[in-house]
Amino acid sequence: MTRTDPADVPRPDALLHLGVFFQGVNHWTIWSDPSSGSQIDPASFLRVARTAERGLFDAFFLGDGLRLRESEGGVHELDVAGRPDSITQLSALAAATERIGLVSTSNTTFNEPGDLARRLAGLDLLSGGRAGWNVVTTHNAWTGENFRRGGFLDHADRYRRAEEFLSVARAVWDGWAEGVVAGSVDARSWAVPGGVGRVRSKGAHFDVDLVPTLPRSAQGHPVIFQAGDSGEGRDFAARQADVVFSAHGTDFDDALAFAEDIRRRLRAAGRAEDALRILPGTEIVIGATEKEAEEKERWVRLEQVTPAVALGIASRLWGLDLSGRDADGPLPTEDPVVAAYDGKFGTRQLGETRETVAEWRAKAEANGWSLRETVIELGPQRGHVGTPAGLAEKFARFVRHGALDGFNVSPYLVPDGLDDIVELLVPELQERGVYRTAYTGTTLREHLGLAPVG
Amino acid sequence: MPRPALRLAVEIDGDGAHPAAWRRAAHSPGELLTPRRLARVAAVAENAGFTLVTLDDSILPPGSDAGPAGRIGAVERAAFVAASTSVLGVAPVLATTYAEPFHVSSQLASLDHVSAGRAGWVVGVETDPAAARAWGRPPVGGPDATAREARDGLRVVRDLWDSWEDDAVIRSVATSRYLDRSRLHPIDFTGETYSVKGPSIVPRPPQGRPVVLARPGIVPAGLTDVSLIGGGSVADVVAAADDSTSPRAFAEIEVALDTPRETARERITDLERYAPWSARPDRLRYTGPATGLVSLLTELDGRVDGVRLHPLVLDEDLAVLSRLVLPELFVRRTAARPLPGTTLRASLGLPRPLSRFTTTDGAATTPVREEIR
Repeated sequence: MTRTDPADVPRPDALLHLGVFFQGVNHWTIWSDPSSGSQIDPASFLRVARTAERGLFDAFFLGDGLRLRESEGGVHELDVAGRPDSITQLSALAAATERIGLVSTSNTTFNEPGDLARRLAGLDLLSGGRAGWNVVTTHNAWTGENFRRGGFLDHADRYRRAEEFLSVARAVWDGWAEGVVAGSVDARSWAVPGGVGRVRSKGAHFDVDLVPTLPRSAQGHPVIFQAGDSGEGRDFAARQADVVFSAHGTDFDDALAFAEDIRRRLRAAGRAEDALRILPGTEIVIGATEKEAEEKERWVRLEQVTPAVALGIASRLWGLDLSGRDADGPLPTEDPVVAAYDGKFGTRQLGETRETVAEWRAKAEANGWSLRETVIELGPQRGHVGTPAGLAEKFARFVRHGALDGFNVSPYLVPDGLDDIVELLVPELQERGVYRTAYTGTTLREHLGLAPVG
Repeated sequence: MPRPALRLAVEIDGDGAHPAAWRRAAHSPGELLTPRRLARVAAVAENAGFTLVTLDDSILPPGSDAGPAGRIGAVERAAFVAASTSVLGVAPVLATTYAEPFHVSSQLASLDHVSAGRAGWVVGVETDPAAARAWGRPPVGGPDATAREARDGLRVVRDLWDSWEDDAVIRSVATSRYLDRSRLHPIDFTGETYSVKGPSIVPRPPQGRPVVLARPGIVPAGLTDVSLIGGGSVADVVAAADDSTSPRAFAEIEVALDTPRETARERITDLERYAPWSARPDRLRYTGPATGLVSLLTELDGRVDGVRLHPLVLDEDLAVLSRLVLPELFVRRTAARPLPGTTLRASLGLPRPLSRFTTTDGAATTPVREEIR
């Protein structure tokens, strides 16, 4: 173990930031293991949040999905599903935690800014300035079937709506002047006259006229997260976000290229390069030795990608019902049926189907992989595998070279999947001076080292 | 029909029922919007033996010109209170006049999960056109349209709670299935102004359905659990309770109590320097010593199932209620406190409903069971 020579790296004093993403849907959360707990019991959320807080994490993060995923003509059955409304769950956690940030993924397409800004501001006050908002959009009418306003937005429009939404939300959060509330019960009125502004906003998407009902929190505004990876999504992040929750955190060169792209977009948007934190999502599989870690990863992948899950993924790629096939046998010989994307299985697309199938076939043949092994090997990169010391060295390099600022970690087991990260990895990071040894602030904005809200 | 001992609810929004209550609060005005203050009020209510707290709400500012201008959303406060307490029921006000029923359903189902079955819902309506402008939605105008949005919203919310059967999560390792999709149901609601597909994104709430409370006439009584009835006299209240077709009737009572230092009358007079405390035809009002309130509630025992109290000033009246009123009611068995580990529904003696979509084919049938947790 050698300490990196400060002269060699661009950011020798950089600290790694960790968040935890309690996923709640999809096959990456292993439910078949006997240690797998409830996905809805408040004790599970509390256990994960408190473990993360013990590990000095910046944030506890919840996702969002406004319609249950479907496959083969019905609700998708194979994966974990069913989760709480995020702001409600996080408001409960605000009472049961002290320091950790509480980040809600909330949708701008199927919410209204006056209402959602108020709910987020409430969470921010109840948590003493620990709220975050991961701004997401939806464009499919299929999700809109759950809402009285229906579904309507095309892809480009949804970011315009999101940007207008955010601008109304910020006006709501800034509606109260500093010191507007009377200092004593003998004052002439509860709020200083004229101290509460009125928000009037009429744009392409919103026509709002309201009087905000909450002051700024200890951190000013909730911290804005953004997760979209398209060019529009990255520009949105560069203009509006405090944190980008990216998918570029496994390969060093890929992560660095993404970070440099974001920094370029930040400069183009007229913001400082350090105005944004880059926290890719990742899994972290830890073993006492490299060999043990690899064996554990193998177990994780096989539990995540069961034969049924592999056949389901292949069915969606091929556009055929392959549910009766042998997942441990060879790839289907049929040509794929290229079906139009129908939005019913999340927003992840499997790319150009024919090319993908051709690539799968070539690699499966070259390596002698079964269908299930192919799905595992060629699926999305899931993250990092290694010993605590090895991972700490690797992460120190990532962060000190500016390839990222930290990770939003998805535990593959709930509720105790974070334990070895906190107990084994965090001390190794601390020993290398790349991780905090105590919380130095009280707000999420302070944890992330972001500038105060202007 | 004889009714069991009274159940006690208290409204804890703001600083109390009087518009100028903040002037007699035991904290500085800004403290109102802090978690510390909210946790303290909730702890006092729980320790006193209340079964339920309710939390008023609107997207619009809460007070008059000189009164409090701030209020944290009722669902957020309720979830925070749920996590700060262990037996107290929590019921936020939510209106589906402009809010999406799908979100309202998810929020209340989640509140029931975070509270382990202690959630209620006070059905609200937004009648002020300013609420439409704050929401950025076309105004819902007139009593008929307001009633329609409240009724349709309640139907959607209830159906979404029912859309997961209790045993939908099967975790069948042998078949690789986490869910049994035949136990998840689209609700396919189609009303006059909108439709909702479903199913919910939240598994069925621990109570099956959180307890629905509403004033008479807002929504059909058959869709509610508790009617919040009122009247200007005990006779009016008793008549309203007799007329109510909801399973339970709670009387709405405003209370101003004598404190060790001042009489209730003196306290009201003090506050009336700033604003009148207008009487409402739909609420009883009690002013005076604690013993008189004990007598009033004893008189109502057997006539209603519970009461919801609206204290003049929370910091003052809750203390008297918790020291002199509730203990006496519990000693006399006029009222009962909630038992540890009990759901709100069980505290109110209401059965846990089966999902209305419950499938009847053999193994998928859930036996009807009494509330025992």
